[in-house]
Amino acid sequence: MPASGQKLNGSEIFFECLRRENVEYIFGYPGGALLKVYETLYDVKDIKHILVRHEQGATHMAEGYARATGRPGVVLVTSGPGATNTVTGITNAYMDSSPLVVFTGQVPSSLIGNDAFQEADIVGITRPITKHNFLVKDVRELASTIRKAFYLATNGRPGPVLVDMPKDVLNATCAFEWPETVEIRGFKPTVKCHQHQVEKAAQKIAKAKKPLFYIGGGVISANASEELRELAIRQNIPVTMTLQGLGAFPGDHPLSMGMLGMHGTFWANQAVNNCDLLIAVGARFDDRVTGKTDTFATQAYIIHNDIDPTNVDKNIKVDLPVVGDAKHFLQTLIETMPKEHEDRTPWLAEIGKWREQCPLVYTNEEDSLKTEYVIDEVSRQTSGDAVVTTDVGQHQMWTSQYYRFRKPRSIITSGGLGTMGYGLPAAIGAAFGVTDRPVVLFCGDGGFMMNVQELVTAVHYKVPVKIFLINNSFLGMVRQWQELFHQEKYSFTDLGDSNPDFVKVAEAFGCRAMRAENPVEAKKAITEALAWNEGPVFVEFKVVKKDMVFPMVPAGGSISDMLLERLNPKTMV
Amino acid sequence: MKHIISVLVENRFGTLNRVASMFSARGFNLESISIGETEDPEFSRMTIVTRGDDQIVSQVLKQLNRLIDTIKVTDLTKQPHVERELLLMTLKLSKTTQHEIFELINVFKGKVVDIKQKSITIEVIGSPDKINTTIDIFRSYGIRELARSGAVAIHRGES
Ligand SMILES: Cc1ncc(C[n+]2csc(CCOP(=O)(O)OP(=O)(O)O)c2C)c(N)n1
Ligand SMILES: [Mg+2]
Repeated sequence: MPASGQKLNGSEIFFECLRRENVEYIFGYPGGALLKVYETLYDVKDIKHILVRHEQGATHMAEGYARATGRPGVVLVTSGPGATNTVTGITNAYMDSSPLVVFTGQVPSSLIGNDAFQEADIVGITRPITKHNFLVKDVRELASTIRKAFYLATNGRPGPVLVDMPKDVLNATCAFEWPETVEIRGFKPTVKCHQHQVEKAAQKIAKAKKPLFYIGGGVISANASEELRELAIRQNIPVTMTLQGLGAFPGDHPLSMGMLGMHGTFWANQAVNNCDLLIAVGARFDDRVTGKTDTFATQAYIIHNDIDPTNVDKNIKVDLPVVGDAKHFLQTLIETMPKEHEDRTPWLAEIGKWREQCPLVYTNEEDSLKTEYVIDEVSRQTSGDAVVTTDVGQHQMWTSQYYRFRKPRSIITSGGLGTMGYGLPAAIGAAFGVTDRPVVLFCGDGGFMMNVQELVTAVHYKVPVKIFLINNSFLGMVRQWQELFHQEKYSFTDLGDSNPDFVKVAEAFGCRAMRAENPVEAKKAITEALAWNEGPVFVEFKVVKKDMVFPMVPAGGSISDMLLERLNPKTMV
Repeated sequence: MKHIISVLVENRFGTLNRVASMFSARGFNLESISIGETEDPEFSRMTIVTRGDDQIVSQVLKQLNRLIDTIKVTDLTKQPHVERELLLMTLKLSKTTQHEIFELINVFKGKVVDIKQKSITIEVIGSPDKINTTIDIFRSYGIRELARSGAVAIHRGES
């Protein structure tokens, strides 16, 4: 390592900083503004650069890596189009609170503002979609800016941070100084919860007859699953989770109620409607969870713990806000909770009745294939231990229902933004980070085409992702809404005639590929795919076209408006 | 209800934009915003006037706090504070109105900053309410042009 005070150029400083931040992988793509950086990179051996095929792919890969490992994902792209291509990925990370540090090349400082070749005001463009961003104007500020960027991305509520680096800054030299500490006056997140508030929460919890945990992704990013498990089991409190919260509590435990909200389980939503105490931890009362807010959890006293105070009282007025880190909150509760608590067996029995009343079921037929079966079977064969990524659509919601997530950092999916095209690159990124568990992708036939180019990346780096394409020949989720709410006008959602031969596509990229059209073939293909780890493996599951995801709470409806089955049964095609 | 919020921020390129775009992105009302360097050149002080019910204003304050470049956010509305705005206004001037205009300038403790044959430019300093009244009263004399600074505000000092 270069000693402090040694003269380095901007590019060398850049890598030196990444080293000090223990960066393992950079997901990047070169260009004019980054030539110096790539020149330096040529001789860098300890940090691995993954060449993507589109900068959007780089951002999703970095996010997949970040969510799977809990460490910040790093992106490196050139100015102008390289930078603007990251916008969707950055927004996705912002909405789902994932730690990313995105480095963009920029035209030389002297040309900024002149509409120079490949100039884009990326700092201006990304202001509303980053936690914070920086334009480095002087090489002497580069190291401290990078230090701050990593600090901001990973502390408090995680999120994406962008650092824009003009070409001349990367070329200029200065004495390298690594700041050992970070001081950002305007950033002092409340990590420790207020003791008084936690004590109040503890009393409420002990006295509740019908308590319910409502758990979001914040519990996973705070690495607080152990604490949650201990507390829920000790207190005998059922747990429902958001899409991003799945895995925070083991899905195969009797206290797990699966997901709540629009496509949540009937019993979880009934429990929300009937509980007398709702304990929200690291969740933000998103509209896909609450439906109509004035009918949400009306019987309940609501405790809300979140690291970000803006989440408190934003969508729902809560009774007891507790700002702070989820791990600290749950740990303090464990320490302060009285051992005695109300008897929860009647409450659990009530929930059990709802569970029996409306279980998650699907029918399997011999000569046709259901997505639910594919996911159910993958869940079985991986014992719920895989890292599962999804794209966006029906297959995503079925994944939340039928994959029994047992561990945290197991679901990697685009929740807040709902970005089609997220799944494939996110899976690849996750597989770079996690090598001791299988990484599985469930992807729709629509979304797969949105970042299909990243198959090259998977093949080239021999990334052992299991790509399970759920081909229903439709933009299925849109089709579902058209059927339910738009007079069955299937406007531009039928992909049947235009989809390519997916197996051939995958093979053209050099990927091993298979096809399955019935349950027997599917089971076999899953076993084969899970056993093969030389590189990516692709399975196209040709599933029925007109299946629908139920239960469903129509957008803006109350949980009690939940649709439990299709309104107009249609013959399956 | 109207709220006046004082925000101490980093005196840095882009800070005003971050604050203003947060208001527009979240659909908050932004009646006026003014910014200037403080006694310490590292900081600027912003005075923001916004409107909303308690829930909205509480979100405004939290969202302001959440920005990395904001250091201290204070809702001055319910605290002792002084609030001032500067008005610059050019009026038509004629023999018949001249006298009344000068009298009114006195009433509002205004100052004449420029005078031509057919026009007069005045400055008035006061609370935004006073500035509103000033403009209303002078309207009938024919306002050629006016500019308002937006409110600036500060805590009242300790006794
Ligand atoms: C980038 C983007 N464009 C459009 C949409 C709207 N959208 C949501 S789900 C969906 C259909 C997805 O179809 P497919 O990938 O085949 O998955 P399926 O629902 O069939 O499982 C669409 C178009 C979106 N979420 N993201
Ligand atoms: Mg589809």
